[in-house]
Amino acid sequence: MSSDHAIEAEGLGKRYRLGAPGEQYQYRTLRDTLANLARAPFRRRTGPRAEASFLWALRDANFVIQHGQAVGFIGRNGAGKSTLLKLLSRITEPTEGRAVVRGRMASLLEVGTGFHPEMTGRENIFLSGVILGMTRGEIRRKLDEIVAFAEVEKFVDTPVKRYSSGMYVRLAFAVAAHLEPDILLVDEVLAVGDLQFQKKCLSKMQDVGTSGRTVLFVSHNMPAITRLCSRAILLDQGRIVADGSAEEVVHKYFVTAAGASAVRLWTDPATAPGVEGFKLRAVALMDGAAPATVAQVDEPHELVIRYATQRPDMRFRLVAAFNSQGVCAFPALQPREILHAQPGTFEARVMLPANLLAEGEYNVDISVFASRGKKSHFCRVPDAIAFQAVDPMTGESVRGDYAEGLAGVMRPQLEWRQSPWPEDADPTGGLG
Amino acid sequence: MTATPGSTTGVAPAQEGAAPAPPPAVNLPTFVIRPHRGLVALDLGELWAYRELLWTLVWRELKVRYKQTAIGAAWAVVQPAFSMVLFAIVFGKLAQLPSDGAPYPLFSYAALVPWQFFSRALTEASMSLIAQDRLVTKVYFPRMMVPSAVVLSGVADLAIALLLALALMLYYGHPPGPAFAAIPLFVLLAVIAACGISLWLSALNVSYRDVRYVLPFLTQLWLYATPVVYPMSLIPQKWRLWAGLNPMCGVVDGFRWCILGTRAPDLGVLAVSSAVSVVLLVSGAAYFRHVERTMADRI
Repeated sequence: MSSDHAIEAEGLGKRYRLGAPGEQYQYRTLRDTLANLARAPFRRRTGPRAEASFLWALRDANFVIQHGQAVGFIGRNGAGKSTLLKLLSRITEPTEGRAVVRGRMASLLEVGTGFHPEMTGRENIFLSGVILGMTRGEIRRKLDEIVAFAEVEKFVDTPVKRYSSGMYVRLAFAVAAHLEPDILLVDEVLAVGDLQFQKKCLSKMQDVGTSGRTVLFVSHNMPAITRLCSRAILLDQGRIVADGSAEEVVHKYFVTAAGASAVRLWTDPATAPGVEGFKLRAVALMDGAAPATVAQVDEPHELVIRYATQRPDMRFRLVAAFNSQGVCAFPALQPREILHAQPGTFEARVMLPANLLAEGEYNVDISVFASRGKKSHFCRVPDAIAFQAVDPMTGESVRGDYAEGLAGVMRPQLEWRQSPWPEDADPTGGLG
Repeated sequence: MTATPGSTTGVAPAQEGAAPAPPPAVNLPTFVIRPHRGLVALDLGELWAYRELLWTLVWRELKVRYKQTAIGAAWAVVQPAFSMVLFAIVFGKLAQLPSDGAPYPLFSYAALVPWQFFSRALTEASMSLIAQDRLVTKVYFPRMMVPSAVVLSGVADLAIALLLALALMLYYGHPPGPAFAAIPLFVLLAVIAACGISLWLSALNVSYRDVRYVLPFLTQLWLYATPVVYPMSLIPQKWRLWAGLNPMCGVVDGFRWCILGTRAPDLGVLAVSSAVSVVLLVSGAAYFRHVERTMADRI
């Protein structure tokens, strides 16, 4: 046990009793407890309570986190990330194992912890601040800074129930961003608020990460994980399945745990998506002859769609919507409907040029439709395939030698030119 | 998977000049997270460390309590006053219950001041954890602070209700005597009793929502088990000590002495009530600590 470790976890595990579907824990009533007591003598005969009525939300978690390290926890919903944060933040006790935590810890598991709608912005800053672990003196010193960060100067004496949701979130995060714990635990709280404020928060968190503070960060925002964290831990079904550099682990998550694949095949025509007379059979993103689950942004790729028609004279068009960060980055649309005179199997290919995609995850929706008078869909497959676009950082991609975060869902290659402007000419002239 | 993050340790001053040195480990508070079996230590040190949170929660209760009500804090007076009028008519006039020689309204109001505090503390504190489930499931702090803050905030209402008591005392020609100065002692006893029972009930309520349905009966029954509408002298001498097992017996008897100044409190009853209150507080805190460990999962 070295004292330069902020957190040491050994065999940490948490078991929940399964209640009615959707409940984490059964409500108990006195009647149930009494009934159980009455039944207790007979329980032997019916065997011990089946292990199946329990769920290990987290099991056998071992890791060591150094002071000053920023670690991202990733995994699917229900993988145990939030349970782990709850154990480390002492909100609930583990069922087994132990963890040693060194340093003042603050956890940020929701936006606006402790906020009361009837109280003013100023009052809520104190309330939430004290609940999150600040002293009143500390809050008094930082009050102006917090109010300015949240951009709510005019409304600081208004009850927060009159705030817009954006103002509410900004104020809540501003309080949290001004905590100065040794260890900060953050759960997916950045999923709220507008994009601009999210960025501000991310950079504030980055300050936290580089000022010698330990940050544990749960998120589904993979670019944020790779940017903020040097290390990532991947959980799946309650167990740690990967622990290493953020890039590697994010990649591994994407390829395995998320079940994402750049290829989707429907081998049985009966279950293939489509309608009477039309069946989708395969969709793939190809890098030459191999599927491109990890696609380098500086290389061209091809999207391949195979489908079968069973009637003559079918007329329709294909569209593949490339989605990233929750928006459609661009649609790849066949410009005209294509006549398929004879039934048969067809292959459509569309080239994605190099330097078009941004880094991050893409998922592709496939849709086949005809529009004569009214639109009729032959098939619509959301998330048909998914892949991860990565920038090899060779200096040759669109980002050049700029190594920091870049916004956007696309990153097309654009031409920049530069020339000196004549010294005697008007710098504002000629532009209207 | 074993923990071997050696290759990815983020900040080491030797490697990165710009990175600040890790904070000195000697000064850092260290705690161990592990499952507990059996009774958990009360950890008074931790409660003390979180005292600022307790005051903040009390302050919030006071701020929010009468928000968006027309008459605001006057409710603290209206409620016991209304009960007093009702009791004076039903028990004083109709049932002709004795009142130790004092005017019946003053006699009953002297008991209603601590009783309203107690029954209200019980009702609200028992529900407090459920009402604040967001706090309980999202951040760590000693959860005892939540019901305790509700109980303590009730002291403000009690103080306001005492103002009417003073007015009534002057109106009925019972100016406050030296005994009146002893009121804080009995307030303290009422707080200890209310805290103890609230800790029990709020912790039980997390797992057993039956508490919500038991509470109305419990407070009704408790009201009549306490000498609020009738004088202590109505309880036969040989049962008095047993009656003292109800901590509110000692509290009400004390308040009557302070306000009416007639009969000194029964010291035996007071001793039993005080002992029971302390036992309730300690056992309530112990049970609460026991449940607290997995409260966030059950709520």
